[in-house]
Amino acid sequence: MVMFYGTELESRLMLGTSQYPSPAILEHAFKVSNASVATVSLRREGREGAGQPFWDIIQQLGVKVLPNTAGCHSVKEAVTTAHMAREVFDTPWIKLEVIGNTDTLQPDIFGLVEASRLLTDEGFNVFPYCTEDLVAADKLLGAGCEVLMPWGAPIGSGMGLNNEYGLRALRSRFPDVPMVIDAGIGLPSHASRAMELGFDAVLLNTAVAKAGDPVKMANAMSQAVTAGLLSSQAEPIEPRDMATPSTPVIGQAFLS
Amino acid sequence: MKITINGNSQLIQANNLEDLLLELKYQGKLATALNENFIPLNERKKATLKDGDRVEIVAPMEGG
Repeated sequence: MVMFYGTELESRLMLGTSQYPSPAILEHAFKVSNASVATVSLRREGREGAGQPFWDIIQQLGVKVLPNTAGCHSVKEAVTTAHMAREVFDTPWIKLEVIGNTDTLQPDIFGLVEASRLLTDEGFNVFPYCTEDLVAADKLLGAGCEVLMPWGAPIGSGMGLNNEYGLRALRSRFPDVPMVIDAGIGLPSHASRAMELGFDAVLLNTAVAKAGDPVKMANAMSQAVTAGLLSSQAEPIEPRDMATPSTPVIGQAFLS
Repeated sequence: MKITINGNSQLIQANNLEDLLLELKYQGKLATALNENFIPLNERKKATLKDGDRVEIVAPMEGG
């Protein structure tokens, strides 16, 4: 049983709430996806109160909320955003992003470790958006993180798993740490592959929200994650170079 | 006094953060920061404002 800070998730798909064509499509996509977690953010509120209707929709989804610190480039910014998120969303969960490069949106690992330590000391359950780097992962665990969220590829790129070797190494180096592949997923096959590699969940957003038919894609992602999970539990066969007949040879009629 | 709210300069009457939210008719799920420091809900009344202060008011929004 995989626990994410003491919580068992019914579905291993975590879904973002951004960029959908409409709130109705967001809602429909979530229902079809059976996602167990919704990522959300905090943004400046105008007097018209645009954030409140959005919050009403999220509450109706009946899923766990994982606030992020998206867009934060410094430890101070990320930690302050986490404090604000804990108050608004009433959860110790925080998807911690400390961005180090504006083109790739890759994490600033040094800032991420520092912010993780500060937040775990204050009782936050940190989900750090990291890379597949083994040393960084070790430092994050040392900083108190109990879950890791390595990227598959840059956020929104849809490239899939850019460094499968690195991800495999990470999985086998820390077999007991719950890990979520976060970012870069474009296709259901990417999500399925992440689960086949033994990762515990997949977090994606753009692949569903920006698909021509987000609801259909949400359904596809849901099935892909389930298929990958079942596959990893079913102990798949090893690939081999030579053919081996699956139909019994014994008893074949002599006809030549 | 003149302060900056969510990046926009504005003249206000309130002299603390809680009163500012009332003056501007903010409601619902919100979090606040004063001069880049988080101010929890129960400390907004004590957070006095002065000319030139920078206030951030945030609410739930879409996120990935």
